[in-house]
Amino acid sequence: MDRRDFLKSLALASTAAAPAFGRSTQKVAPADAAGLLYDSTRCIGCKACVVACRESGGLPPSKTDGLHDVQTELDATTRNVIKLWKDEKNPSVFAFMKQQCMHCIDPACVSVCMIGALKKREQGAVTYDKDVCIGCRYCQVACPFNVPKFEWQSATPKIVKCELCPERRAQGKLPACVEVCPRQAVIYGRRTELLEEAHRRIDAESTRYQPSVYGEEEMGGTQVLYLSAVPFTRLGLPDKGKRSGASVSETLQHGMYQGFLIPAVLYAGLAAVVIRNRKKPPEGKS
Amino acid sequence: MSAATPLGGRIFTRGFNTLLAIGGIGIAVLLWRFIAGLGATTGMNDGYPWGLWIAFDVVTGTAIACGGYAMALLVYIFNKGKYHTLVRSALLSTALGYTIAGVSVFVDIGRWWNIWKVPAFFWSWNFNSALLEVALCIMSYMAVAWIEVSQSILERWEREAKWPRLEAFARRVTPLLGKAMPFVIALGILLPTMHQSSLGSLFVISTKVHPLWHTELLPLLFLVSAIGMGFAGVVLEGTLSGIGFALPTEWKLLAPLSKSISWAFFLYLGIRLAGLALAGFPGFGFNGLTLLFLAEMALFATPAVLLLDGRKRQNPGWVFFSAILAVLAGALYRFDVYLVAFDPGPGWHYFPSIPEMMVSIGFVSLELAAFVFIVKQFPILRAARSSP
Repeated sequence: MDRRDFLKSLALASTAAAPAFGRSTQKVAPADAAGLLYDSTRCIGCKACVVACRESGGLPPSKTDGLHDVQTELDATTRNVIKLWKDEKNPSVFAFMKQQCMHCIDPACVSVCMIGALKKREQGAVTYDKDVCIGCRYCQVACPFNVPKFEWQSATPKIVKCELCPERRAQGKLPACVEVCPRQAVIYGRRTELLEEAHRRIDAESTRYQPSVYGEEEMGGTQVLYLSAVPFTRLGLPDKGKRSGASVSETLQHGMYQGFLIPAVLYAGLAAVVIRNRKKPPEGKS
Repeated sequence: MSAATPLGGRIFTRGFNTLLAIGGIGIAVLLWRFIAGLGATTGMNDGYPWGLWIAFDVVTGTAIACGGYAMALLVYIFNKGKYHTLVRSALLSTALGYTIAGVSVFVDIGRWWNIWKVPAFFWSWNFNSALLEVALCIMSYMAVAWIEVSQSILERWEREAKWPRLEAFARRVTPLLGKAMPFVIALGILLPTMHQSSLGSLFVISTKVHPLWHTELLPLLFLVSAIGMGFAGVVLEGTLSGIGFALPTEWKLLAPLSKSISWAFFLYLGIRLAGLALAGFPGFGFNGLTLLFLAEMALFATPAVLLLDGRKRQNPGWVFFSAILAVLAGALYRFDVYLVAFDPGPGWHYFPSIPEMMVSIGFVSLELAAFVFIVKQFPILRAARSSP
């Protein structure tokens, strides 16, 4: 067995062990988890959802060509955006992409937020409380999807992201983007039902879709799910495995600290050594 | 062997005034930041939400300021009492470095008026957040470092009968402080162990750091390299103080001390390379980041090898040069993890803006000015035979 084979078998062994290890620490979706299912093949790129999202939050268009809202990326006034991917070699092949917060089952932004400005609240939606946000922007560093945006131009900045329209849902309404979609390219519902629907569509038209639902397992699973004709990475959805970043860091952090037991023991040990050394004549003192 | 004394001498020298002026420019720029916001004054953006102020002032700055931590480990834990004379100035550098870091965090965060809620809202503490641990630890350690430095200040008040009230206060507090000191010292070792490693843990959760840097060993690597940088900081500060204030050289101490840099860095290189070997050197190939990785390794290895050589350690020039390389190596590692190897995806770029740099330079100037002022006023360094 040479070094390469050894490393390969080591990697295989660790991936075989990982699911068992990961499952114990990885969070599961709340029973009433709600989310979105976006079917890229149904989207016609009309951007009605972008406008409706702006209106629901009172957020002005940030980029215009003088006539149209031409925003292409999420930003401090854009919580939802429609993008277009085009095959460079074959321009007749293209796909739309709706980007907004993924409402992860185990969100990195929530895991890193110091006093809970970002939290999973009703139905597992990740929402924001500006009163306990200090604007440290660790959520932006941690989010694998680059979703949370910061009001860089403001002297009193907030974090801006899709919160799955909590006020509208409380009134029994659909999220704004869902309500206006003319093709039902984006639908709202229980995550379990959305997953069933997604698999039903794949089973019915297997040539139309990629064989998997993005968000079912990616990075611990998300409450916003995607169906696509083209590979998901083309739509800008990262391919970073099934384990959430939060489960990696939380396992490590809690492993090191053991509920503050390790620091307490270390402190007692250090204090004991300092006191003992004080009584002893130090070595090499001239 | 003489004890530490205030160096005395004129405060407002030309050099001191220059430092204050550069600091003043930085403060003026800061006023603009608070009025216009971070977007107008810095190069930071949604892809690179952390920039120079975090990577340099906080993460690199506190690592160089780890001298107090590194010396406390050496003197109080490993009982190398001969280095005791270097502890006071190391602790002063620590207190100043951490104060600058604290101020930098305050100007970097967007909603600074909420910062008091982090320590106050203890029922909301999210212990999953490595940053919470960093924030609480750095706040506490700043207090610990100043308590340790306060011994020197009390000593002057007690020694000179100039101000009767302060003298009485010092006489009352000093014995209490003496009794509490072992527990303060132990805290002064525990807290940096925790937050210097956590400054590495911050990026364990990220999927955006290049695999040559992204590892669960980040906390250990940050801790070990910070200890090496701390010793290098003591060597630099000792050498420069000796030259700047024309003091009798601490050379007999700095030369053997510099060997600790070598040990820390060899340990760092061992952990880093072993971790990468186990992972199969992911992302290693013909690309810019691989070159950067190799440069980083060379920068860590050079001072480690140089300072292993007993003859080189007898040469102040080599030791000083090696300590500079050591600080640069640790700084490069931190900049790489926080900025260069951090890739939020296509279309994002970051380079610090001029105002951003002016603030950082201003803070360093104020830190140096404060150091000069304090060593002239309070017993930190060992006396000069003739003050300049």
